[in-house]
Amino acid sequence: MTKSELIASLSTKQPQLEYRDVELAVKELIEHMSAALAAGERIEVRGFGSFSLHYRPPRVGRNPKTGDTVRVPDKHVPHFKPGKELKERVNL
Amino acid sequence: MALTKADLAESLFNELGLNKREAKEFVELFFEKIREALERGETVKLSGFGNFGLRNKNPRPGRNPKTGEEIPISARRVVTFRASHKLKKRVEMNAGSRGKS
Repeated sequence: MTKSELIASLSTKQPQLEYRDVELAVKELIEHMSAALAAGERIEVRGFGSFSLHYRPPRVGRNPKTGDTVRVPDKHVPHFKPGKELKERVNL
Repeated sequence: MALTKADLAESLFNELGLNKREAKEFVELFFEKIREALERGETVKLSGFGNFGLRNKNPRPGRNPKTGEEIPISARRVVTFRASHKLKKRVEMNAGSRGKS
């Protein structure tokens, strides 16, 4: 399912909203969640899951093509932990 | 402070003028549609944010870490999330003033 398929599916479920508004609402939700993570904030949605940032310490890596060592600075990466309901529903 | 469904509904109310009930319902439905797709075994791709995928896990022996008792872990299907390049970049660029999570 892509973002546009999600928008279409929500639109049939919310006939009182214009298609354009559903599109804007989905974009707003995704933008809001991205901005929260970018600001270092967690996202917690009961029954769905939580998003947080995981810290990756700096390390010395290697360019696989040339073999040169490169210093990789520390960083934070987004992480998702599925919630109880999602886990149970997805499990066969 | 973590971002919650209430915060997301609030932004639909403030930014898009959905009424409070509509906004709450919309946020609920947004996550429900994603759950339903995953439940059907479909990957969910939200461009600019990330992809939710599914992985089948084989059964393996497990252990209760507290008692040391052996318990088998059954085969299962789990959800995985891969953040998009765009989201990773945004998170990295805002480094510095960041709380641990």
